[in-house]
Amino acid sequence: MIAALTLLLACQLAGEVAARALHLPLPGPVLGMILLAVGLLARGGDPPAEFAAAADGLLRNLGLLFVPAAVGVVLHLDLLARAAAPIALAVLVGTLAAIGVTGWVTAWLLRAQGGRDAA
Amino acid sequence: MRPELAEIWVYLAASPLAALTVTLAAWLAGLRLHAAARGSALVNPVLVAALLLVALLFVSGIEYRAYFEGAQFVHFLLGPATVALAVPLVRQWRLLRASGPALAVALVCGSVFASVSAVAIGWAFGADRAVLASLAPKATTTPVAMGIAEQIGGIPSLTAVVVILSGIAGAALGPILLALLQVRDWRARGFAVGLAAHGIGTARAISVNETAGAFAALAMGLNALATALLLPLVWALAMP
Repeated sequence: MIAALTLLLACQLAGEVAARALHLPLPGPVLGMILLAVGLLARGGDPPAEFAAAADGLLRNLGLLFVPAAVGVVLHLDLLARAAAPIALAVLVGTLAAIGVTGWVTAWLLRAQGGRDAA
Repeated sequence: MRPELAEIWVYLAASPLAALTVTLAAWLAGLRLHAAARGSALVNPVLVAALLLVALLFVSGIEYRAYFEGAQFVHFLLGPATVALAVPLVRQWRLLRASGPALAVALVCGSVFASVSAVAIGWAFGADRAVLASLAPKATTTPVAMGIAEQIGGIPSLTAVVVILSGIAGAALGPILLALLQVRDWRARGFAVGLAAHGIGTARAISVNETAGAFAALAMGLNALATALLLPLVWALAMP
């Protein structure tokens, strides 16, 4: 488990350094994800079982990791007072509209492309 | 309060141990409630846990800053967990690659629509320019969204709040909407939720189906890139 965590942290570190050194418009962890994916694909086959188990363990509780930030948001709702109604509507209606449109368009394009339906 | 109780209270309020324990306990309560609701997206465990903790902080009078001293250890794991999304991506690689052309088009449509809809709704209901600029990048993951907001004249701290709220709204209501629209393909469902509700949407997707999770992780990463590249350009042209 420690080896897996070390690899994850090393990829994140490399991502953070690369993002800053090259002024890339992506956060370090997302670059780290790309680096790790490229590495695993280059290696070929499925990710090593022990490493995959650690990664899956972390991902099963991905939501937990957003909880501290979400608590902060609820306590900073006063920031929204600046324009509560437009912000609330943009968040709720805007996000749902984006999900609906993207989901529908993606499903339609995948069907049109004739790929295997994973439903 | 008796003196020894007061002493214990001072210790608990200052130590990361208590904050960590209640955060994990609130998350477990969120998972239990989610399971009790038969996995309904509406009873989102992130939302439940956050509400429980807000109530606790409110009742106990502990400041968020003090709470975060402990909770930051959980928060820190967001970085390595984001890196770990590479594992489902690699496992689903064949499916992802086969869907490539469709996803590229869907990405551009979704990314543009997410920003334009947020700005259009904000504008229609009278938000000022700084608020509109804060809303525009709200579909992307927090650090990217804050960077873009700053670049186009928004308020980064407002963007941080809006991003998290959008993530929760998307994770809690998005799956219900997709079911109503009869979008049943896990690839499309994951892609949509990851694009519009970033990590919180991806967390929901990955807990339901690995294919949906991989497509959500990919959409989250790609939309961060697409929005960071496109939005400042479009903003400069459309909102001079």
